Amino acid sequence: MIEFEPSEEQTLIVETVREFAKSEVRPLSRESDESAKLPGDLLARAHELGLVAIGLPAEFGGGGTRSAVTGALVAEELAHGDLALALAILAPSLLGLPVADFGSDAQKAALLPELIASPACTGTLAVVEPRFDSDAYRPRTTARRDGSDWVLDGAKCLVPWLDGVETVLVLAREGESLAGFLVPADAPGLGVTPDAYMGVRALPLAELKLTGVRVPADARLGGVTGPDLRALVARGRVGLAALGVGVARAAFELARDYAKERQAFGAPIATKQAIAFKLADMAIELDGARLLTWEAAWKLDRGEDATREAALAIHQVRRVALEVCDGAVQVYGGHGYVREYLPELLLRNARGFACFEALTLL
Amino acid sequence: MISFDPTDNSQKARDWYRKMALEQMRPISRKYDEEEHALPVEWVDWYWNNARSGAPGNPVGATDGFVQVCIQAEELCFGDAALYLRMPTAALGGSAVGAAGTQEQRDKFLRPFREAGHPIWGAMAITEPNAGSDSAAIQTTARFDEVTQEWVLNGTKIFCTAGEGASQVEGGFVVVWATVDKSLGRGGIKSFVVPAKTPGMRLVGLEKKMGIRASDTATLVFEDCRVPAGNLLGRPPKPKTEAEKASDPRTGDKGFKGAMATFDASRPIVAAMAVGVGRAALDFLVEELGRQGVPLRCDAPPREVTALERDVLDMQAELQAARLLTWRAASMMSRGKSNNLEASMAKAKAGLAVTKITQKAVELLGPPGYSKKLLVEKWMRDAKINDIYEGTQQINQLIVARRILDYSSSQLR
Repeated sequence: MIEFEPSEEQTLIVETVREFAKSEVRPLSRESDESAKLPGDLLARAHELGLVAIGLPAEFGGGGTRSAVTGALVAEELAHGDLALALAILAPSLLGLPVADFGSDAQKAALLPELIASPACTGTLAVVEPRFDSDAYRPRTTARRDGSDWVLDGAKCLVPWLDGVETVLVLAREGESLAGFLVPADAPGLGVTPDAYMGVRALPLAELKLTGVRVPADARLGGVTGPDLRALVARGRVGLAALGVGVARAAFELARDYAKERQAFGAPIATKQAIAFKLADMAIELDGARLLTWEAAWKLDRGEDATREAALAIHQVRRVALEVCDGAVQVYGGHGYVREYLPELLLRNARGFACFEALTLL
Repeated sequence: MISFDPTDNSQKARDWYRKMALEQMRPISRKYDEEEHALPVEWVDWYWNNARSGAPGNPVGATDGFVQVCIQAEELCFGDAALYLRMPTAALGGSAVGAAGTQEQRDKFLRPFREAGHPIWGAMAITEPNAGSDSAAIQTTARFDEVTQEWVLNGTKIFCTAGEGASQVEGGFVVVWATVDKSLGRGGIKSFVVPAKTPGMRLVGLEKKMGIRASDTATLVFEDCRVPAGNLLGRPPKPKTEAEKASDPRTGDKGFKGAMATFDASRPIVAAMAVGVGRAALDFLVEELGRQGVPLRCDAPPREVTALERDVLDMQAELQAARLLTWRAASMMSRGKSNNLEASMAKAKAGLAVTKITQKAVELLGPPGYSKKLLVEKWMRDAKINDIYEGTQQINQLIVARRILDYSSSQLR
């Protein structure tokens, strides 16, 4: 049956996360963007909610109830609070989900218990590369066999690098396939430098240089002949799409409320069709993008190939998030451009979806 | 639960209507686009004998909800939107009777659409030469004749879809919006069932249109056209006793609001029709590009994505967004939830999306796309009406805006 109502359990989760985002995340949005720092105990508080752990295997301390649809609902709510902080809160999934999905038993046992138990984010994922034509499916970073070892060369950027990272999963081209390699954060030949962008400033991001980084044979995700990791890209795109919907919803709601407050020519500007119709279009596009995201997430949950649905969802969200945030800046007028208000921050964050890949996973 | 899995019955319906679209509609699509006002006899008879509700050949059981109705509408308009509008059904007239009528009225006026011995049509007449979107401004009057206990209608209605069939073929009817008292504004507007062939209702013309040419878009004139008191939808002319009110709450005076409620039911269907036309063009485009060996990748390297691939991805995302918004509005309807906002969202999105998708398809297919040898140009002409009828893009934006801003119609005009 085609239905659009979250289950009771999902509704409860959404309500909890929405409240958390409203009271604990949104109030820190501006301050953390200005300081380009994560707020002190936010991650610990989020860890108590168990938003990442819920989807990780129960045998390693997780909740064992994985659902991309639920994940999309959670991601939207967190990003409605703040995108950078949402990405930081969800960051443990970057290593946790690929290891849970594709890792060997030894890799799971070595990485998951700490990732689940620790309030710090002990693992991360490196997908994007610092060039104009970065392509998640075809990285330039390479892995080659040398004896029984793997040797990695290349560069990565937009790698979430929170305090406590011990392991980074590096996506690299191995022959014609997309493979992942578990690299210790302190591996010789791995250069880590902080990275700064127009948006998501509170999220610690790193640029990685891999120069002959040598890891043992069993560092390949899934074992010596690891799986093709193309599915990870789709999981990333659906997660990003959900986050983009959250950012756009934040912008839409701010613009709507402001338009009802702001007086011009003796009436709220929302009573003018030029503004009201813009808000209507924002609302329609936002809902359309959300439903595309849900459909892609639903496909993931059925265990089917969601490459196409994920591509459609992220394609739409890239446009819609940008347009809705831009619309919010425009509705605010001059106030939208000053950093006293949030729309300019949302617009800077929304542009990021153009180049983000796998900064979160469902 | 969030799910995108159609029910078994919906899948069966989709397959059956898709077959009908390809086998019964497409082969005569061009013919009745050319022969603008001709009755598509073979289609009308085939539909009546095989596919009308309760027809012996119809393998699809009772619909399991409005999503299925939308899936069916999409499939049929994937076949041909104009022939869809020419199907012998109660159409919007039926929606009006369903939304605003009493149980007795529904039984009386809708039964012939299952049981009559020949094809019949229903229609709804709202628009007037000087009142389109501003439907509260309609000038057609309804006066109650106390002596004969009849309503007397006077006025002119235009753009009445299926108006020829509904006014001329015995057994059908036209639901006419008229005011019982102009001084009451929208509060005075009621809807009346005028059976086909009622004296005083005259068919004075059929529009020549850019698209949906097989659909009869009629001008109807009402001159002292008399209908029985019981043909006022929803409410008897006399005040009811308390006992009557308690026994059937549906017969309360819903007036203009009741009439407008028809749109909450019909807009998702129109949105689904739009999606069907858009899909016809987009599917053809994708298949044709496939035949030409043009790759359409959804995971192409960023520097290698062609303009064509990007356009197609855009079209696919827009069409699917429109379809999902449509199903959401329909699903809420099935659950008995108010869907006024969502119905207008779906209609606004679908109308504009398929207008652009079909225009783009003509562009991308070059001279053959523009040529009458193919149907793509027809689909572009057919698609445009979806952004106009059943509430223009702008009227639906206005409804969405009022809803999201929590403004009344006087606060946001």
